[in-house]
Amino acid sequence: MCLGIPGEIVEILPDRPDLAMVAVSGVRRAINIGLLDKETVAPGDWILIHVGFALSKIDETEAKAALDFLESIGQAYDDEIAALRQSMIEQG
Amino acid sequence: MRFVDEYRDADTARALAARITALCEPGRAYKFMEVCGGHTHTIYKHGLEDYLPPEVTLVHGPGCPVCVIPMGRVDDAIHIAHQPGVIMTSFGDMMRVPGGDGSFLDAKARGADIRMVYSPLDALKIAKENPGKQVVFMAIGFETTAPSTAMTVLRAHAEGITNFSVFCNHVTIIPAIKAILDSPDLRLDAFIGPGHVSTVIGCRPYEFIARDYGKPLVVTGFEPLDILHSVLQILEQLAQGRSEVENQYARVVPWDGNPKALAAIDEVMELRPHFEWRGLGFISHSALKVGDRYARYDAEQIFEIPGGRVADPTSCQCGEVLKGVLKPWECKVFGTACTPETPIGTCMVSSEGACAAYYNFGRFTRERVKEATRR
Ligand code: SF4
Repeated sequence: MCLGIPGEIVEILPDRPDLAMVAVSGVRRAINIGLLDKETVAPGDWILIHVGFALSKIDETEAKAALDFLESIGQAYDDEIAALRQSMIEQG
Repeated sequence: MRFVDEYRDADTARALAARITALCEPGRAYKFMEVCGGHTHTIYKHGLEDYLPPEVTLVHGPGCPVCVIPMGRVDDAIHIAHQPGVIMTSFGDMMRVPGGDGSFLDAKARGADIRMVYSPLDALKIAKENPGKQVVFMAIGFETTAPSTAMTVLRAHAEGITNFSVFCNHVTIIPAIKAILDSPDLRLDAFIGPGHVSTVIGCRPYEFIARDYGKPLVVTGFEPLDILHSVLQILEQLAQGRSEVENQYARVVPWDGNPKALAAIDEVMELRPHFEWRGLGFISHSALKVGDRYARYDAEQIFEIPGGRVADPTSCQCGEVLKGVLKPWECKVFGTACTPETPIGTCMVSSEGACAAYYNFGRFTRERVKEATRR
């Protein structure tokens, strides 16, 4: 729950500007981007996600480093990704 | 050394370790607290303690939200879950946290409808799909997760959803650090400041620690190199007689935090006068409740809450572990009666809890300590 997971914004949903489709570890999920400055987020940007919300923008290098690190910690990350896969945050 | 073998930046790490050692005054004992459970996890996983000179001890702090939930609150949540027509939801980490009378998993086995969710928004979705039920989200976490709960309440409000509420157990990190600073048990030289919490609150709230207590705090990232780097920054401050807040994790943490997230918390929640922390006791203004304007989303207004206080089992020494007074393996039941499968205390439940992190990764270090004391 405390893990921040990096994801890449694929698309900002036109009818729900607070939601974006984000690629996270090979999963595409709707993520709430309402806590970021709207003007500054665009497809291709990397974000750090906590419990379905993007809390900060990060650069690609940091995203890759964070992913490497998360993969190294094993179970806790697997659990978080499994939970994310099952997440039902609406898709629009 | 596992850390060096595994880690791609072994050379950098070695260089950092050498600089750390060079900065230590021989014979001086340095105690740095890593506040955040994520750091504890990294430290044990990568065997970082083996890597530091013997002068430097890292002590683990209270920054594991699951670990600090008092038993009474678990019991209250289970009481709500057993009310007719209630679906209780929470994060996976919460499921095995022991209350006075079992955990969520036990309550589920006894017939309560308790569901694990990834996000509070999932709980809201369950509410929409089950208009005949009352869906309660047991909210836990520091300022990292509080904005998500607040945003979900705002969403429920905007959509006019009336069968959703929050059993709020959000805690705030600053009062806990202050309680530790004011506790006579422990002499600390500096803090390795939390990373993700600081994404929300920024670095300013820590300034009193440097100013009033004269202790450096370095906001730090989660990779092994980040932690070594932060230890170096702390030692540099101490060597130069400085105490400042520094941001080692500026690539993620803005100095002023996330204003929108803070505004969401402010809008929806208010500080409780006091809140019980497992092992630490009552700490003033250390937790959040749903504010009056959103009272209809506050499970504590909707349901009758027993609110009993349950003393921790006498064998449990989580309080000492959470304050950094004891190392996990010094607890009498560590690894015997208390394991991740059958946790007695909360520090054994979450992967960020010091006892669980140590149980999973730390045995090497323990062997070393044993050897050292035998000699
Ligand atoms: S070993 Fe178990 S009871 Fe002892 S401090 Fe750790 S979690 Fe608490």
